[in-house]
Amino acid sequence: MRIHCPNCGPRDSREFHYRGSAELIARPVPDADQATFLNYVYLRDNPAGPHRELWLHDGGCRSWIVAERNTATHELLSTQLAVDVKRGEA
Amino acid sequence: MSRLASGGQIDRSTSVSFSFDGKTYRGFKGDTLSSALLANDVRLVARSFKYHRPRGVLTAGSEEPNALVQLGMGDQTTPNVRATTQEIFDGLTAESQNRFPSLKLDLLSVNDMLSPFLSAGFYYKTFMWPKSFWEKLYEPVIRRAAGLGRLSGKADLAQYDKAFAHCDLLVIGAGPAGLMAAMTAAKGGLDVILADEDFIMGGRLNAETIEVGGMRGSDWAAATVAELSGMPNVRLMPRTTVTGAYDGGTYAALQRVSHHMAQAPENVPLETFWRIVADRTILAGGAIERPIAFANNDRPGVMMASAVRTYANRFAVAAGRKVSIFTNNDDGHRTARDLVALGVNVVGVIDTRKGSAATGNYPVFAASQVIDTKGRLGLSQITVRGPSGTQTLDTDCLAISGGWNPSVHLTCHMNGRPAWREDIAAFVPMENAVPGMIVAGAANGEFSTHAALATGDAAARAVLSDLGKATAKTTLPKAEDAPVSITPFWHVEGGKGRSWLDMQNDVTTKDVKLAHQENFRSVEHMKRYTTLGMATDQGKTSNVGAMAIMADLTQRSIPETGTTTFRPPYSPVALGALGAHGAGKSFAPERFLPSDALARELGATMYEIGLWYRPGLFPIKGETHWRETCDREMKMVRSTVGITDVTPLGKIDIQGKDAAELLDRVYCNMFSTLKVGRVRYGLMLREDGMVMDDGTSARFGDTHFVLTTTGGAAGEVFTHLEFCTQVLWPELDVQIFSVTDQWAQYSIAGPKARDLVNALIDQPIDNESFPYMACGDVTLGGVKGRLFRISFSGEQGYEIAVPARYGDALARALTKEAEALGGGWYGLEALNVLRIEKGLMTHAEISGHVTPQDIGLGKMVSVKKDCIGKAMSQRPALISDEREQLVALKPIGDLKQFSAGAYVFNKGAAQTLPNNQGHVTSHGYSPTLGHLIALALIKNGRARMGEHIVIKDHTRNIEAVCEICPLVHLDPEGEKLRA
Repeated sequence: MRIHCPNCGPRDSREFHYRGSAELIARPVPDADQATFLNYVYLRDNPAGPHRELWLHDGGCRSWIVAERNTATHELLSTQLAVDVKRGEA
Repeated sequence: MSRLASGGQIDRSTSVSFSFDGKTYRGFKGDTLSSALLANDVRLVARSFKYHRPRGVLTAGSEEPNALVQLGMGDQTTPNVRATTQEIFDGLTAESQNRFPSLKLDLLSVNDMLSPFLSAGFYYKTFMWPKSFWEKLYEPVIRRAAGLGRLSGKADLAQYDKAFAHCDLLVIGAGPAGLMAAMTAAKGGLDVILADEDFIMGGRLNAETIEVGGMRGSDWAAATVAELSGMPNVRLMPRTTVTGAYDGGTYAALQRVSHHMAQAPENVPLETFWRIVADRTILAGGAIERPIAFANNDRPGVMMASAVRTYANRFAVAAGRKVSIFTNNDDGHRTARDLVALGVNVVGVIDTRKGSAATGNYPVFAASQVIDTKGRLGLSQITVRGPSGTQTLDTDCLAISGGWNPSVHLTCHMNGRPAWREDIAAFVPMENAVPGMIVAGAANGEFSTHAALATGDAAARAVLSDLGKATAKTTLPKAEDAPVSITPFWHVEGGKGRSWLDMQNDVTTKDVKLAHQENFRSVEHMKRYTTLGMATDQGKTSNVGAMAIMADLTQRSIPETGTTTFRPPYSPVALGALGAHGAGKSFAPERFLPSDALARELGATMYEIGLWYRPGLFPIKGETHWRETCDREMKMVRSTVGITDVTPLGKIDIQGKDAAELLDRVYCNMFSTLKVGRVRYGLMLREDGMVMDDGTSARFGDTHFVLTTTGGAAGEVFTHLEFCTQVLWPELDVQIFSVTDQWAQYSIAGPKARDLVNALIDQPIDNESFPYMACGDVTLGGVKGRLFRISFSGEQGYEIAVPARYGDALARALTKEAEALGGGWYGLEALNVLRIEKGLMTHAEISGHVTPQDIGLGKMVSVKKDCIGKAMSQRPALISDEREQLVALKPIGDLKQFSAGAYVFNKGAAQTLPNNQGHVTSHGYSPTLGHLIALALIKNGRARMGEHIVIKDHTRNIEAVCEICPLVHLDPEGEKLRA
């Protein structure tokens, strides 16, 4: 699989490590209730189709990347630096 | 000799000597092992897998099921090499496989007589009882009898390599379609890689007498290859099999670099495993001819018709002196014409079709079938059943042509399912089976030479226009455009004897019928029940035939019955090639301490800790047991001073306006209140509330911290901090940098620690100006260093850091000064017991299952701020007293040694899992206390001080009564620490 790193261009997936759903970006506010945190830590969708997820380019520029990947075909639909995604949401 | 007087793409001026089963033969450069053996009239080359039937060469390519040999001798022998693809070289030695004692007399061929009992599923049904016999008796005996070649059992010393390649267009296969595609694409300016498994490019053009562009096809191929090789944007990769198609246009390819050389030049690998990344791909892998099943169709001398032509036209070898041909299509007649032209005696073409007629000077038996054969070690006669009855023909080679199967394999690697085309009676690739791949030529069911050239060209044009390149007009060379004329015919009914489908796994038509009878009717079930197609050739010559029989039996069409599916690799890949540069030191690089050279000079016993090599013990003369060394080193630390190298502890430099804020968020305790020049112990949690790591952080300025991690978690913690700063809180003004390798750091511990430090630093310190948990910059002979007043042993302790390049010098200076004070080096063994005496933790305790409460640090979780893991750590079940809590243990009565991992039980309780009270995490012998000590996680342990429990290690059979003690055995008030 090839992943397009916004800094380094398309690179072999062996240079990256997978973390999981990009929902992890949205950490609950500190005083959120336990149910909210439980949902944040454990509960994940498992879609067959487009999925936003976090990858670390640790064999390259060490950027965290938000990739949208079709889990049914492994097609990479888009990639962005996590920093930009988070700043955009803030 | 069966070598024809002239012709062929062999170099008759270069004679090559090789041996097979101990006998020496001669061939020519350009021969494969199989063509050279056939030229020497060697027809019996193997025994079959299960029944030990005599077998000969069936094909002339990588689809070969029979002619597998053991190549080379001794430790570096290679099993299961296809004689049909192995080029001969001077001194090549090959042995036949799976026979005892010899090919001609194989005692295990008794299996063949027993065949009525050895049908599909036999092992499953028979060797069930008694159960215990399987491992000891049945399996070893079966494994000895069945099988292919044998490994030497010695390390593979061959050199393998791996490499990446990138291109605009990868063309797989260099037959007419592939060559045409590569040429059109290259002329259009694309960066092209053309890969072919053969050592001469040209595909079937080398094996046929077909004309292309007014010249012989092989000459046109050679001219085209020569032109391509002169183009700077083309890379030709002969001897390279593309073995798999993967996501994102990535292809695996195995290049056989020096298999054909008697002696590879230095540093030239045996094989290179390539990962080719291609924008677009054209698959032009051709097609594989399929057999027709009939009784006793597996004798040496029964061959594919296309292979007979390959041997005749390319290698100038007549596969027989009296050749017969069995066909259901026009292609079989091509074989007869070619052989007649070369002066080989053709005894007849047996054509299953009614009304078929000769297209040359040879007899035709129309509407006829071969129903039996004779010749135990080599074909001598066939029996033909025709409209006017049965007759026998003397023949030593029967060429079979059952039609062609497009090589759809790579198009299945990403879940593509081939589609059935009735007009050519074959599966063709599903459209767009692999993103970015176009299939051309015979691989797509376009069987004529003209169609191959035309579709190759068209595919290249499609790629060019897709990539926005201009295309010039191509003039296609003229070539034959014969239509496919085939009447499907899969197997002959009514013959006596078994009809083989999968020759490599010895699967017959009867086995498929048995599978049907026992209701294994789906193709996937039939395959697994009979093992058809599961040998190393993946059933390239047998799958479709078996499906046709199953279709007949279930009265369904072939597409209704199912489709074949193929998985990577296309042909076997040696693990050595897949693991190139992944063995030995390349698998696990070594990390050495700054004091490594010194430690080895001092005779230290080095331990592998992760990738690091760290001294475990520094034995001195006269010490005969590790415990002696460990006890001495501990006493030294407790009485004078000890030094140890702690460089592997992770060091992370954190700078920025929000550095303190970041630490507050990632540590459960407060760091923003830490004064400059002070160090604080911190506990880091995962978001689920479990402890991730612990360590100290030192504040060197308002905006500057140095965080340390445990050695094993250095990578994990750094990645976690990157996650926090990039994903969670990019708004924080903070930068982090791993400086583990930049600083050499030594721990100095013991009552004389300060004396040792002061002997080396330029400005001496005292306890008042540099108290416990202080940190600061120092200089050592003008070299800038850092000093920390921290301890992992309970003693007065310092850690001193200098830039790594001064590490060795500092280690040597420390040695000299420490020895003057009666101290010296101590290793990991002593370090471990020192910290157990003090109740300090490592990842044996922080195992990923413990909360701050479990290890007695629940109060460290600050109530004044949020941190990662805080919310989840407060879940009721995680703060319950019923959880296992960290305590110390000492034995009551006799115990030789504790055991890490031993279970804890209440006294008198049955020692079963439901009664488990916890487990021992770390242990050692304390020379200070004079008895064994251990740390353990025990349910509600802190409330059970003084209670006697039982530890039990069922594996090592250790059992002892122990007393639960407070965590800190030594100096609980910390007076030594602050001295």
